[in-house]
Amino acid sequence: MAQLTHRTSSLLKPLSFATRHLSSTTPITIETSLPFTGHNIEPPSRSVETTPQELLKFFRDMALMRRMEIASDSLYKAKLIRGFCHLYDGQEAVAVGMEAAITRKDCIITAYRDHCLFLGRGGKLVEAFAELMGRKEGCSKGKGGSMHFYKKEGGFYGGHGIVGAQVPLGCGLAFAQKYSKDENVTFAMYGDGAANQGQLFEALNMAALWDLPAILVCENNHYGMGTAEWRAAKSPAYYKRGDYVPGLKVDGMDAFAVKQACKFAKEHALKNGPIILEMDTYRYHGHSMSDPGSTYRTRDEISGVRQERDPVERIRKLVLAHDLATEKELKDTEKELRKEVDDAIAKAKESPLPDPSELFTNIYVKGYGVESYGADRKELRAVLP
Amino acid sequence: MAAMLQSLGVTSASVTSNKFTAFSINSLPVIRSESRTVSVAINGTRKAGKVTTKAVAAQAENPTSAASKPGHELLLFEALREGLEEEMDRDPRVCVFGEDVGHYGGSYKVTKGLADKYGDLRVLDTPIAENSFTGMAVGAAMTGLRPIVEGMNMGFLLLAFNQISDNCGMLHYTSGGQFTIPTVIRGPGGVGRQLGAEHSQRLESYFQSIPGIQMVACSTPYNAKGLMKAAIRSENPVVLFEHVLLYNLKERIPDEEYVLSLEEAEMVRPGEHVTILTYSRMRYHVMQAAKTLVNKGYDPEVIDIRSLKPFDLYTIGNSVKKTHRVLIVEECMRTGGIGASLTASINENFHDYLDAPIVCLSSQDVPTPYAGTLEEWTVVQPAQIVTAVEQLCKQ
Repeated sequence: MAQLTHRTSSLLKPLSFATRHLSSTTPITIETSLPFTGHNIEPPSRSVETTPQELLKFFRDMALMRRMEIASDSLYKAKLIRGFCHLYDGQEAVAVGMEAAITRKDCIITAYRDHCLFLGRGGKLVEAFAELMGRKEGCSKGKGGSMHFYKKEGGFYGGHGIVGAQVPLGCGLAFAQKYSKDENVTFAMYGDGAANQGQLFEALNMAALWDLPAILVCENNHYGMGTAEWRAAKSPAYYKRGDYVPGLKVDGMDAFAVKQACKFAKEHALKNGPIILEMDTYRYHGHSMSDPGSTYRTRDEISGVRQERDPVERIRKLVLAHDLATEKELKDTEKELRKEVDDAIAKAKESPLPDPSELFTNIYVKGYGVESYGADRKELRAVLP
Repeated sequence: MAAMLQSLGVTSASVTSNKFTAFSINSLPVIRSESRTVSVAINGTRKAGKVTTKAVAAQAENPTSAASKPGHELLLFEALREGLEEEMDRDPRVCVFGEDVGHYGGSYKVTKGLADKYGDLRVLDTPIAENSFTGMAVGAAMTGLRPIVEGMNMGFLLLAFNQISDNCGMLHYTSGGQFTIPTVIRGPGGVGRQLGAEHSQRLESYFQSIPGIQMVACSTPYNAKGLMKAAIRSENPVVLFEHVLLYNLKERIPDEEYVLSLEEAEMVRPGEHVTILTYSRMRYHVMQAAKTLVNKGYDPEVIDIRSLKPFDLYTIGNSVKKTHRVLIVEECMRTGGIGASLTASINENFHDYLDAPIVCLSSQDVPTPYAGTLEEWTVVQPAQIVTAVEQLCKQ
């Protein structure tokens, strides 16, 4: 059996028998699509070490996330998901790349575009769909909704509706990590729209002052709902906004660039305090399902990005170039994932709606026995548990 | 809960001294607490500690035994500090965030000396960024720490309203119970001595609708220490309202450790003719008016409601059933204040027991002026309380 140790992406002559000779842990080196740009810091190298196993996992995870978001789109149009639904398709590389670089003990906190990050942190498809449809089996028992996915065991702290409010919380998580000295970091994610919030700079100042292991990740998809970044920010170079805090600009559509950057950031944060990562990414859907997404940008732009920079396609090409699977095998995987998602939706649809008594649970922590009245003072009455 | 409140109702605390700035309480209720051992996890380490789940006031078995243990005298801010220090000793996860709480010792000296004892990370001097450091406290609480956020003046916490309302109050609900936010948000509020409009705010009325938080107001060194400890031990976010003018109250408090219940009201003076409900600084105006009223032949029952959210309708209800007349004296504004909610609550629940409409005396709906005389007229004065009781009892 031929042991192949290093193959770069420039070798594009697949040998038909070579696929069976790569063991799944053989290291492969891949070059990121673009070099990193650093602010006040030496950027890491462009070469990323990976293995066939990881490559295939990336493909699988990202395709699953993509499939889940598209299924959510149909569910929303079928009026099974109501309210606000913010979809993440196009940005999957950020979620998957970040997961690959960290452990479940590290914390991630984000805003409302949280479905895929929830999956990445160990959330189940059924839990996600049930929560979106407001059922009892949802991750927040149906009481949170699309914008409030949490997974405590997975180190996923949500899921927040108010733009920018999650960043001070993220710095608080980092504070707790420093307090308990457990050598973990927090990734506080926000968007280009939230980058103009004052509380972000307040939190960054405090994180830098006390050397908290906080990594601020700006997922720059270039539009704050309907406002393009150049119309909202005087300086759209979000990675430079930290001034004395170092920053790194990363191609957010390249999962390996994200992985390398997050690994680098984690090492930096544990030693030197906060760092800002700007992920240059793109969302195909509008800001939310109520936004068509085409009034402030052209369809050509969207399809252009889809053709040239799509994260799932990039991984597919890498998998094929390294002969880890055939075109047909990848298509089969996608079919399998589609079925998985459909099964999860079917199961979530069967889940019951929460009990009326659930209206009053989890307002306070147990041990508080006060009566509460509903809108109709005579009938809907419960003792707050 | 009913049994515990019953025993509280029986305990009496009589006020004897002439000056309302310093008084002693003759019979002290002995607080017995129901405790069970609970494992406390701090990010990997497990530490078993006794957690008091229900702090109960029961009548002292032997009234003289309480008097024979003299206790020690201190000022209200020292009582707060004592409570804080005891809790910080007991649980290493308790920490304090605030402006000038560390090296400076706190603008009202509540945290004096604590930074030297526990270090800069546990008693954290924050920059002037209320929104963010309240958010940080919530984030830290999500992982299991128990932060106490000090607003240098309660009015500054308006900048952190979003964090207090959405993240503190609602996270336990929207996460389906996954996260608890055991924070304490405290600070001095209320009308002081000519501090100006922006530094004389009463935030009880703004926070009272936020679902998921508990609000308590302390008024004596005894209840300040007890409520501080209870608030820190509570798994729910608690907002503890202190008053700028009450920090130098002196009182003798017991040496033994005690924790008060966050949801109970305090019977200050039992009576027969009228129920006067009050909290924080107005308690002292009411007690001053009570002396005049007693001389005039009235017998008012004075209850310090202490728990602003939720109301202790059990104690209040028992009192209403006895006296049939209610006067609420508060420092909040007239519109949408605690008194307004309390009036609605009592009307809904105890309407049949009322002989007269509830009278609510609150501050005027104006920004607090600087001039001394004008400021005096914005808050309720003892003379107005006496007049109100006389009118109420005529009906």
